[in-house]
Amino acid sequence: MARLNVNPTRMELKKLKARLTTAVRGHKLLKDKSDEMVRRFSLIIKENKRLRDEVEKELSETLRQFSVARSVTPAYRAETAFAMPSVAVKADCGVKSVMGVEVPKIQLVDEKLSDGLPYAYPEITSEADYSVTKAAALLPKMLALAETEKTVRMLAEEIERNKRRVNALEYVMIPQLEETIKYIKSKLDENERAAVIRLMKVKNRAEV
Amino acid sequence: MIGKIAIIGDGDSIMVFRAAGVATFSAENEGKAREVLRKIAKDYQIIFLTEELAKPLTEFLKRFDEEPYPVILSIPSKNGSTGHGTELLKSAMERALGVDILFNN
Repeated sequence: MARLNVNPTRMELKKLKARLTTAVRGHKLLKDKSDEMVRRFSLIIKENKRLRDEVEKELSETLRQFSVARSVTPAYRAETAFAMPSVAVKADCGVKSVMGVEVPKIQLVDEKLSDGLPYAYPEITSEADYSVTKAAALLPKMLALAETEKTVRMLAEEIERNKRRVNALEYVMIPQLEETIKYIKSKLDENERAAVIRLMKVKNRAEV
Repeated sequence: MIGKIAIIGDGDSIMVFRAAGVATFSAENEGKAREVLRKIAKDYQIIFLTEELAKPLTEFLKRFDEEPYPVILSIPSKNGSTGHGTELLKSAMERALGVDILFNN
């Protein structure tokens, strides 16, 4: 490992020692953070898997049902019946922090399909009504999935980034500092020995 | 903050959501979907995208992972699930943990 390019002086030694302590402490903190993030991540991803399986199953079912229901209605009629929705769902979008990562927090603002469906009844078969209701009922779950899935992706990114930081400290920063400190120490010792020898020589010469 | 919800997909899959009160944008191929996404990413906080369209756009969608919003979620279309969502989950897990803790096969 390459050592840093510094002058071998006591000043530098002191500075480097301080840096080393900071680096070691930072490394420990980051490692702890990484462990905790991984723990949370594994919880969240399990939740995510469960939600996704549920949503995928129910949604495919609903969509299939709807396309069957729609196929018995003439296309232009279905188009006109569904052209103007009378409701618009909204979601309350906030953020929360998971281990310092800002992740979305979504909640459906409660505006139910108020007593009835947003189109004229005679045009549409009851199967279609049924699947529309079901799709609307599925929305909160889909939003929950959207929230967890985004959290998972952001957290994964952050874990990766954090891992890189930990590794940079562990395998580059800290060894480099240690190496440099060792080098300065040996240089200083060497100087000291040289000084002692010089003194002895001078003394010898003086005595002669 | 009140956010709006949108869905992008082929005509049949999204119609039912229009009735349920979600803004719908139809896109028949990924190029169109990308265009629509660019246009609406600022206005809609939550965007559902059918798997058929999300799959070729995986790289493009990554850029939305930096910020909390918009949230883009791939959902199965009327043709059923292609497993793309699970795959995304898997890749995130492998990146973060290095191991597979959910799908041990």
